[in-house]
Amino acid sequence: MIRLSGIERTFLVGSEEVHALRAVSLEIARGEYLSIMGPSGSGKSTLLNIVGLLDRPNAGIYELDERDVTALTDDELARVRREKIGFVFQFFHFVPRLTAVQNIELPMILAGIDPAERRQRLARLLAEYGLEERAGHRPDQLSGGQCQRVAIARAMSMGPTVILADEPTGNLDRHTGQEVLSVLEKVHHKGGTVVIVTHYPEIGARSHRRLRMLDGAGVADERD
Amino acid sequence: MRVVDLLNFAWQVVRGSLARTLLILLAMGIGVAAVVMVTALGEGARLYVANQFGSLGSNLIIVLPGRSETAGAMPGVLVGKTPRDLTLEDALALKRSHAVRRVAPLIIGAGDVRAGARSRESPVLGSTAELIDIRQMDMAQGSFLPEGDPRHSQPVCVIGATVASELFGTRPALGEWLRVGDRRFRVIGVLKIQGESLGSNTDEIVIVPLAAAQALFNTEALFRILVEAKSRDQIADAKADVEEIIRLRHEGERDVTVITQDAVLATFDRILNALTLTVASIAAISLAVAGILIMNVMLIAVTQRRREIGLLKALGATGRQIRLVFFTEAVLLASGGAAAGLAVGELGRSLAVQLYPAIPFQAPWWALVAAPAIALITAVLFTVAPARRAAMLDPVQALSRR
Repeated sequence: MIRLSGIERTFLVGSEEVHALRAVSLEIARGEYLSIMGPSGSGKSTLLNIVGLLDRPNAGIYELDERDVTALTDDELARVRREKIGFVFQFFHFVPRLTAVQNIELPMILAGIDPAERRQRLARLLAEYGLEERAGHRPDQLSGGQCQRVAIARAMSMGPTVILADEPTGNLDRHTGQEVLSVLEKVHHKGGTVVIVTHYPEIGARSHRRLRMLDGAGVADERD
Repeated sequence: MRVVDLLNFAWQVVRGSLARTLLILLAMGIGVAAVVMVTALGEGARLYVANQFGSLGSNLIIVLPGRSETAGAMPGVLVGKTPRDLTLEDALALKRSHAVRRVAPLIIGAGDVRAGARSRESPVLGSTAELIDIRQMDMAQGSFLPEGDPRHSQPVCVIGATVASELFGTRPALGEWLRVGDRRFRVIGVLKIQGESLGSNTDEIVIVPLAAAQALFNTEALFRILVEAKSRDQIADAKADVEEIIRLRHEGERDVTVITQDAVLATFDRILNALTLTVASIAAISLAVAGILIMNVMLIAVTQRRREIGLLKALGATGRQIRLVFFTEAVLLASGGAAAGLAVGELGRSLAVQLYPAIPFQAPWWALVAAPAIALITAVLFTVAPARRAAMLDPVQALSRR
């Protein structure tokens, strides 16, 4: 479903070229629960951004659902992202003036989905993630765990191919982090594909496959 | 993205930062209101002047002695060539033109008017019976000057309403005698109150037969000849005839000035229109300034809302959608400002009407369309750069910066 081959990504820092990713190849099958692990600066976030189509590789081929997406224009990428990718960020990222339910609705608004259809999906999502009582609150009135549940609901609103979570528990206390992880695992149990970037070993241990990265290259790919 | 959703999204932004929104509304509103009020002022002045000329009489041609044009020579060079006087015979000769309906020769002077013990200084007009029709005056009592040979006069006069009340009080003025200088006249008519028109107040004048005025002021020379053309279409013909007749009578010299009411009105029209346009465009500059303010605010918004823009992109917003979000916001702000400006402008206009009821203040339709249109156009134009910048933001960088 996701096939990366020979992905290179370099950044210019000042006049120096920094290799964030070196010849990374990776295949992710439907329904996998994968964690990308490694110390900071190892390129795991860059890899996630490329998988999420937020960033483009300098070389290599990325096929998503059997389609080469490396050559698409920005607007085409945006559309693919909208349909197939669900993001969950460490710092949640909301539109601060909108309520929880309005934030969950955003991807569907951008996709131009019919309002009646949106309402149905919203009702289902709110129920599924236990957010009915907090729907009308703005992000700054929500706890961290609630924020991340809203973010996951938003990521799921378009029924994406894959959920990409970048340090989803990094900003939460231990207990809430566990709670958020179990929500993501629920997505996985229902057949969803989940990719988590983290540097916590215990989170990696919960996943079914671990890609360990160092200096922009995958050094180990373990499966349970 | 649906239009309703776009509007709703922009509305949330506009409502979310109230101070910023009010500031832009104020700037836009002032610009639009200024344009509306300034043009209303100009148009009011124009209509006022047009009405004033209208009250002078219709299809009017005015003949003045002397030429108001110089032929390139300095006035001093013309020494010894004093213009011939305009005479009663000249005026009567004008009736030969087929395009002329009526002719009224005019002599004006100031006279000491007395009745019994009361007296006042008053403009004295010498003319003929046709003046009342040409100037479209109405009688309150009695009748106007009698018809007949203007070379001979009867000792009668017609007085304005103010003169009548000041000299005779509540007593009836008709049939009374009054003195102008050393001559006596019997009052045969009182004019209806008319008020001022172009500086001369018919309520304060005394009108006597032309021959009497000639004797009174000891002059043959006419101050003016008022000519009424038979119709609007014949004004040009009448003017040409008048010039030709006077030229023939003055030994081939074109030594009079002939003004048509239309020409004077057109000149005033041009001047006032130019004035209105000039001042309105100065006011329109304030709209451009408001546009720059919008650009500034939008640029700040792009910087402040980097993360939000990055988020929208991550959620699948295309560059076009990001640009549309900003344009919608700008249009929303501009139309709000334009509406507020139109309202304030209308308020100012009705206030001006309250203060000066004589002047018909009314913003012309083009200003009511142009002012909001300019507001919208500048808002959109000045949002192009910020919207582009937002659409080009790199989502990874926008999201990573905290």
